[in-house]
Amino acid sequence: MKSDHKETVDLTQTFDVLVIGGGNAALCAAMTAREAGASVLVLESAPRHFRGGNSRHTRNLRYLHESGNDFLTGPYPEDEFWDDLLRVTGGQTDEPLARLTIRESNDVGKWMEEHGCHFQPPLRGTLHLGRTNAHFLGGGKALMNAYYVTAHRLGVEVLYDAEVHDLKMNDGEFSSAGFRSNGDSRTVRAKTVVVASGGFQANLSWLKEYWGEAVDNFIIRGSPYDKGQVLRVLLDRGVKPVGDPRQCHAIALDARAPKFDAGIVSRLDSVSFGIMVNKHANRFYDEGEDFWPKRYAIWGRLVAHQPDQIAYSIIDSKSIDLFMPSVFPPIEADSIKDLAVKLELDPSALEETVTRFNQSIGPGTFDYSILDDCETVGLEIPKSHWARPLDTPPIYGYPLRPGITFTYYGVTVNERARVIMENNQPSPNIFAAGEIMSGNILGKGYLAGFGMTIGTVWGRIAGKEAAGYACGAA
Amino acid sequence: MHVERLEPSTDILKESERVMRICNACRYCEGLCAVFPAMERRRTFTGKDLKYLANLCHNCRGCYYACQYAPPHEFALNIPKTFAELRLETYREFTWPGFLAGLFQRNGFKVSLITVLSVALVVLLTFSLKGVSGVFSVYQGENAFYRVIPYLLIVIPVSALGLYILAALLAAAVRFWRETGGQLSELFDPIANGQAVWDALRLKYLDGGGYGCNYPDERFSMARRWYHHFMFYGFMLCLASTTVAAVYHHFLNWNAPYPFWSWPVVLGTVGGLALLLGTGGLFYLKRRMDTEPAAPTAFPMDVGLLVVLFLTSLTGLLLLVLRDTPAMGALLAVHLGLVVGFFITLPYGKFVHAVYRYAALVRNALEESGEEH
Ligand SMILES: Cc1cc2nc3c(=O)[nH]c(=O)nc-3n(C[C@H](O)[C@H](O)[C@H](O)COP(=O)(O)OP(=O)(O)OC[C@H]3O[C@@H](n4cnc5c(N)ncnc54)[C@H](O)[C@@H]3O)c2cc1C
Ligand code: SF4
Ligand code: SF4
Repeated sequence: MKSDHKETVDLTQTFDVLVIGGGNAALCAAMTAREAGASVLVLESAPRHFRGGNSRHTRNLRYLHESGNDFLTGPYPEDEFWDDLLRVTGGQTDEPLARLTIRESNDVGKWMEEHGCHFQPPLRGTLHLGRTNAHFLGGGKALMNAYYVTAHRLGVEVLYDAEVHDLKMNDGEFSSAGFRSNGDSRTVRAKTVVVASGGFQANLSWLKEYWGEAVDNFIIRGSPYDKGQVLRVLLDRGVKPVGDPRQCHAIALDARAPKFDAGIVSRLDSVSFGIMVNKHANRFYDEGEDFWPKRYAIWGRLVAHQPDQIAYSIIDSKSIDLFMPSVFPPIEADSIKDLAVKLELDPSALEETVTRFNQSIGPGTFDYSILDDCETVGLEIPKSHWARPLDTPPIYGYPLRPGITFTYYGVTVNERARVIMENNQPSPNIFAAGEIMSGNILGKGYLAGFGMTIGTVWGRIAGKEAAGYACGAA
Repeated sequence: MHVERLEPSTDILKESERVMRICNACRYCEGLCAVFPAMERRRTFTGKDLKYLANLCHNCRGCYYACQYAPPHEFALNIPKTFAELRLETYREFTWPGFLAGLFQRNGFKVSLITVLSVALVVLLTFSLKGVSGVFSVYQGENAFYRVIPYLLIVIPVSALGLYILAALLAAAVRFWRETGGQLSELFDPIANGQAVWDALRLKYLDGGGYGCNYPDERFSMARRWYHHFMFYGFMLCLASTTVAAVYHHFLNWNAPYPFWSWPVVLGTVGGLALLLGTGGLFYLKRRMDTEPAAPTAFPMDVGLLVVLFLTSLTGLLLLVLRDTPAMGALLAVHLGLVVGFFITLPYGKFVHAVYRYAALVRNALEESGEEH
């Protein structure tokens, strides 16, 4: 199935626009630039089967819309969008760029459909996002497939297995890129470059600079190809960084997941139904602090700070059917003690933790649809809601580890997606889109579906600006 | 006689269970077809559930190309292939009578062999009845066909076979229904059957959520759905043609061959052409298809039915065109031989997918209506 791309590309020519990366931001940039008349080459480091970066793992995107449609249950106006963003970032955002992102996302679903995207009504597990987020039929990989088909039809050239490791730059002006392809080193010249190569979350040694050996116990949820080489090159060549290099979006996920690329299925929604304990069988955080969709993204960091970066979610048979089924079956036992043995925890320690937890629960009426009144009394680490005694066998346990979704550290850009150099001057012909510049807008925190918004909006801005510069300069 | 019931091999069931467990934690494909919503009504998957889900799958391949876990990803999810293999196992398991289940092994070869033998038998019989010169004579006017092969010699075996087929297919449906955990009365639920007929007649679940299947390759296309429609409705028109002819013969005392502008000939001609187009188109697509999401064992079986149907309608049409020539006798014999071969192999080849798929659609309709309450 190689029918949709050429095996070879004429590298003697000078392309108008070189796009580095093969995910959502990259393809949005490539299609936009090509439609503006530019010649476009996409270099994707992954082989064809794994093309599409983290974007292939996504399911929806959030965009501004004044009224509902077939896939969105109601309007999502600018003020609400902005408030949501302000809340999750705690104000750590560049307001003009953030507002631009929101405005440019207005009805972007239409543009996506024109470029091959198919939407579906919200998934049953994500009904709470039904008004704000549009869901891709078949998920992100189907979206990427559609974009590749469209890009190909438009005449965008694509090389897979093409990992960019160097950019020739002079005073912030780009002239050519070096990449490895099937073991060979090659060079390609272009009048402009759009860097859309994602974060650096798959670069374990880079992560270790901040997290040390704990990284060995981290799981990378998405593509193993997002290693941040191009981000490194840009920063080394004097592009101004943005964001906290230590920050990353991390959730707690099933410890049995493979090191890379397990995507959505390794997530686990059991935490707020029971207790979480560390390897010493001690609880360490309020499992019922708030609704799960608002809290799932803090648990990666919480588990990362526990000894050996491991934790266990423990529930009993009352709750086993109340959350999304897990991909790995729970570890099951008839008593707390037996479960401890199976999880290789100290049985008496776990029994003590559970007994204290059970005894601290006051009267209440369990209701998962609200912040109910089932809470613990007198524990130094309380459970504020949905606290029910763990007393009905079988007892179930899941091991959890930190799962890194993406990193925040990136390059600074202006409103035309040009990267900003350390001297605060924009580069004339280097543009960035997607995760690699999302730190401008998301200083911290996350809004479900906003990663794809940033990629789509900034991919389109970068594609348009790059084509304009290249074709105008010709 | 003790007959060993062939249980689906546990490897395929295990693989199907693994696949559904991963999908149920993902659900991105929810909008593609009926399988995913049906999957979501369950948290765990027994053999019964899996056999039902596999037969509910229309093999549109949407979920293969959409899957971020498709091979070479280490999860190596390939639902269309896994379910095609499981379907084959269920065909064997539910076949009636059970001792013929072996026909589903090397099915393409066996179907071809039986069909060739049927043709040979009918041709031989015809020649022994009429002699070479008798077969190659020109017959015209009322009862021309039956002067080559006597009416009763055609009608009695073909009707008997027809009744047998109905019994075999019904028995298979009932077995499937029981084994996948249903009350027999539910199978005849009128509302669920109404829904299932409507889904089947439209080939609803070959529409990939509205954009067609990913067949023969990654791109969305309605080609397969259209060709299947041509084949299905062509087949139905041919059945209608035969039925009308039988009515003419028995009740109006008006005997074949019928003039060109009579109902049996018009229905048969349009139906036959549609069948040719449908089977030819499906064969063409199959030759060009991406083989990754396909079960290699299913290929000869699928092709077997396409070829038999194609040849049957081709000889039927030729018979119409050449009925006033000396070729009519031989063509009639070959055509009848193909019909006999098609009938004999019908409950033991690809055709049965219609039975199980339909039953699965009935169950799906029942489950959906249960959910709305
Ligand atoms: C499991 C999971 C689920 C998610 N779900 C959602 C969701 O539903 N909605 C949402 O909005 N966000 C979601 N996200 C976040 C989302 O995936 C990202 O925000 C988004 O995909 C970023 O897009 P991008 O194009 O910038 O980067 P990516 O899609 O990661 O693309 C980067 C591309 O660059 C290529 N590349 C990297 N280095 C090089 C190099 N040196 N040379 C050449 N190419 C290179 C990579 O191979 C890749 O193709 C999810 C993330 C994960 C992990
Ligand atoms: S086929 Fe793949 S993408 Fe679709 S639901 Fe299953 S796991 Fe998810
Ligand atoms: S192949 Fe098509 S019909 Fe079968 S499960 Fe996948 S999407 Fe559904």
